[in-house]
Amino acid sequence: MKYMLIMRSDDAAVEAYKELDFNEVIAAMGAYNESLIKAGVLLAGEGLTDAAEGFVVDFDATPPVVTDGPYGETKELFNGFWIIQASSKEEAAEWAKRCPLGPGAKLEVRRVTELEDFPQDNEWIQKEAGWRAEAEGRLGAASE
Amino acid sequence: MTETDATGAIGGADDAADRARRAAAAVWRIESARIVATLTRFVGDVGQAEDLAQEALVEALRQWPDEGVPNNPGAWLTAVAKRRAIDGWRRRERLDERYAAMAHDLERDGAAASDTFWDPDTIDDDILRLIFVSCHPVLSREAQIALTLRIVGGLSSEEIARAFLVPTATIQQRIVRAKKTLAAAKVPFEVPEPDQYAERLGSVLSVLYLIFNEGYLPASGTEWMRPDVSAEALRLARMVAGLMPREPEAQSLVALMEFTASRFPARTKRDGTPIPLDEQDRSRWDRSQIARGREALARADRVGRGRAAYGLQAAIAECHAVAASVDDTDWARIVLLYEALGRIAPSPVVELNRAVAVAMSTGPASALRIVDELERSGKLAGYPALPAVRGELLSRLGRTQEARGELETAARLTGNERERAALLAKAAALPR
Repeated sequence: MKYMLIMRSDDAAVEAYKELDFNEVIAAMGAYNESLIKAGVLLAGEGLTDAAEGFVVDFDATPPVVTDGPYGETKELFNGFWIIQASSKEEAAEWAKRCPLGPGAKLEVRRVTELEDFPQDNEWIQKEAGWRAEAEGRLGAASE
Repeated sequence: MTETDATGAIGGADDAADRARRAAAAVWRIESARIVATLTRFVGDVGQAEDLAQEALVEALRQWPDEGVPNNPGAWLTAVAKRRAIDGWRRRERLDERYAAMAHDLERDGAAASDTFWDPDTIDDDILRLIFVSCHPVLSREAQIALTLRIVGGLSSEEIARAFLVPTATIQQRIVRAKKTLAAAKVPFEVPEPDQYAERLGSVLSVLYLIFNEGYLPASGTEWMRPDVSAEALRLARMVAGLMPREPEAQSLVALMEFTASRFPARTKRDGTPIPLDEQDRSRWDRSQIARGREALARADRVGRGRAAYGLQAAIAECHAVAASVDDTDWARIVLLYEALGRIAPSPVVELNRAVAVAMSTGPASALRIVDELERSGKLAGYPALPAVRGELLSRLGRTQEARGELETAARLTGNERERAALLAKAAALPR
């Protein structure tokens, strides 16, 4: 199973974070990432730049409205994520707990959907069966 | 030697204790390799170290439900196991100088946590030693596989048994015997010497690849795929590659597994019937997994020592992974890669795969010549893929009568029921 660890911080934590020694922060995060890599569980991960550089595309209106800056009324900012391989919810939680974050920060942990999570009678999956039928009769590769 | 297997007890119905048990299982999975590696350095024997670690886990399952999970659960387990080792030595009145010195060290380190436990360099080296010992040539392949999953992967005997479709008792016996063999052979807790390094690394990588293959192409049974086994093999391969960034073949094995696993979502129909490569819906292939495979292969290439067997196989898998369709695939390049693979690791299976690539690149007639030559050599007698491929080639050449016979032969030879059904369906669909 795959889990996404979503890093969220409130405004105060983001400000406090800017006061920290950058090298120490980088070192702690680097060590955490390395522990994920050496355990073979890190699948993906990115950090995000300052929310002030971002913008929001709001679908309340048609066409959607583009607004500069972060979420507006929301008090929490989404700062980055990891995707890890874990055999259970508890294992994902155990990895999340090891992340070097402080007060004001949260990790939201969500399981990534797999194929089995989708209804198999979906229109697109039915279409696929049609495509497969068209492809019948071709040479099967033994390398498979 | 008794076989303690505390992880097997995890997941009971008792609600109050269940959360702590599940937490203990999670900690165990993450920490067992470093715990056992640390303990092996301490007691000198992998088997004994693993027994001690399992005993500590039993202790955790007793204490954690009431007292909560400690802040540093891995260090807690290690400390409990070390204390048990010392108690054992005292009981046996063998507290000679060596053990006295160890006891002194332990007390100096503090009983609750040990500093060396978190020293990344020491622990990485110890985990590497553990991996090499688990795949040591004094052990049979089956023992290497069981021990690697148990000690390095942190799986319970029950989980390993489920993965390999054998009774739990069989796995437990394999592990007990493997530990005895390692002790009897006095296998040192070391990374191999340079003159043996390549061969021993090859053994580690092939154990991981066998585990991976078990998950996606089981030789028998009704289940075509058990992706959990492959996912575990991939995790272990990434772990090994992370510990040996300068070993191109370790990186290449990761790449090969990522490319292969990227196709899992497209490999079977709803009822479990396998779908061959050319019929797979490529939009279902896991693109991020393919990207990870390409990154791993690029890491292997950056070392600058060329491509060996896993590197070439990964490169072949990459050709498929990046092609939009069967027709869009660079079959000529795949033929060249199989030729290179055949030179460094000659094998009739590689030759058969080369024949398939030749069929796609230059046509079925030249491919059939390669397959006929293979058949005459008798090297693949009893191997279902030989008549399966021959049947396909004959069918493309319009020789349907012979094709049907070959497909039926392949169906008789395969141990996988899904594959048998698919072959028979193909034979039945041929024009009379």
